Amino acid sequence: MGERQVEFRNVSFRYQEDMPWVLKNVSFTIGPNEWVAIIGHNGSGKSTIAKLMNGLLFPQEGEIFVDGMKVSQESVWDIRKEVGMVFQNPDNQFVGTTVRDDVAFGMENHGMPRDLMVERIKESLKAVRMEDFERYEPHRLSGGQKQRIAIASVLAVSPKFIILDEATAMLDPKGRKEIMQTVREVQQERDLSLITITHDLQEVTQASRVLVMNSGEVWMEGSPREVFSSKDHLTEIGLDTPFVSKMADHLKAEGVSLAREPLNHQELLEDLWTSRSNM
Amino acid sequence: MDISFEHVSYIYQPNSPFEHRALNDITFSIKSGSYVAVIGHTGSGKSTLIQQLNGLLQPTEGSIQIGKYKLQAGEKTKNLRGLREQVGVVFQYPEHQLFEETVAKDIAFGPHNFGVEKMEIDRRIKEAVQATKLPDELLERSPFDLSGGQMRRVAISGVLAMNPEVLVLDEPTAGLDPRGQKDIMDMFKDLHKEKGLTTILVTHSMEDALAYADHIIILNQGEIYREGTPLEIFKQHDALEKVQLDVPEVMDFLRRAKKEYGVEIEYRGQDIAELAKELTLKVRGDSDHE
Repeated sequence: MGERQVEFRNVSFRYQEDMPWVLKNVSFTIGPNEWVAIIGHNGSGKSTIAKLMNGLLFPQEGEIFVDGMKVSQESVWDIRKEVGMVFQNPDNQFVGTTVRDDVAFGMENHGMPRDLMVERIKESLKAVRMEDFERYEPHRLSGGQKQRIAIASVLAVSPKFIILDEATAMLDPKGRKEIMQTVREVQQERDLSLITITHDLQEVTQASRVLVMNSGEVWMEGSPREVFSSKDHLTEIGLDTPFVSKMADHLKAEGVSLAREPLNHQELLEDLWTSRSNM
Repeated sequence: MDISFEHVSYIYQPNSPFEHRALNDITFSIKSGSYVAVIGHTGSGKSTLIQQLNGLLQPTEGSIQIGKYKLQAGEKTKNLRGLREQVGVVFQYPEHQLFEETVAKDIAFGPHNFGVEKMEIDRRIKEAVQATKLPDELLERSPFDLSGGQMRRVAISGVLAMNPEVLVLDEPTAGLDPRGQKDIMDMFKDLHKEKGLTTILVTHSMEDALAYADHIIILNQGEIYREGTPLEIFKQHDALEKVQLDVPEVMDFLRRAKKEYGVEIEYRGQDIAELAKELTLKVRGDSDHE
């Protein structure tokens, strides 16, 4: 339960007493400045983890610690200052009539002084490269721009953890790229841990660690390279693997030996050419 | 049904300060029974285009022929009702349009409005839920108690129950998980074949365009930018890049292999296993010469 960490300790959760467990005895830790991707198909418990992390839900069994505090009814407001969330639908998370009002909303809730708010609005809009849109009405923005504003609103409160819960699922490819680039930049510049819940395998390859969820349990945990090298296990639970992983498998079947589990085209091609000398 | 657009333009709020030309001089034709993907960025005119396919919008200039129906700029279209019965449109997030008390009633709403008799409606409901793989026991449930993927299937069943000859799909898999996406796309592929439909898919996914369509139309700023078979279109990497569109991953990979390592493999729709074989042969061949 160290500082700047999220820790799940034997957490079980169900929505009602006569309903099946959604999470079963889940334990993991997310460290400072880590980027953890959580994958698993619908109903595997991914989003429940996110909601437990900032006290939208509370577990029936086990304990959750955020930045040294135990998540409970009493601590929930302090917790939410540290854990920011961005959801899937860009149209469901706006409250302000202008971009700046919207970014201010979260800070107002935390009772920040006005001067600090003005400063933070500027700063966080700049971080997501939307500084020219301060006076815009949110409904005039594209989906990708809306999600960047949602990220700015979260950054303004200066949390230690940001959860993106399928935040790119409803965007077009361009919007998706914008968001992921923004997220990478923000994470490099600021001291914060990222938790992305996603189906997008490209996104997963960029994380530092992956948690694979299946029927409410942590099914696998490791670096993207480790996780994708056990493809058979992933297919077993109905998850897809990236194109390069599949290609690498078929190349191996042809007798090509590759030095590592490739995460992108570049790595696969490099290793393929290195392997020529061994043929 | 054969579909053709002749010099079609569409202008929103003409002769006002907000005038906006969403489509500009569009001409193309689609043969009955083909599966066409329409690709383009947000704002390229895709939605405007498909709204004219069932007469929700009338062209400002030019004319459109859909089977025996004609939409002509400046003229009132006859028998729009008949057109709408035959062109089924699955809009984005169609589950947002569900409203009835039960799944069965929601599916029946369309055909009922068009005066289809009760026995026939019941038959069509059965057929539609079979096609969309919804279990029969859901029929008497409220559509709002279902999962997102199931709700979408209910909405699609409602369109299918109209027995359309043309199916227009506006990003039908948006927001679903990968497994749900594949299930829905495979379902449309089966329907297309079994019923001999003319299918028009609006999509951002180059992978889906490559996997399912036999013809692609790319829109850019209200005009047709490129048109052709998937293989023809996706070979034009530079042209696509110019309008910030990607190519399917497999073609991007092969292009990279050629550009950076001089290994040329022509893409003819091979699967990954075959490509791996060809790639191995090429690489081995190269090293034998050294």
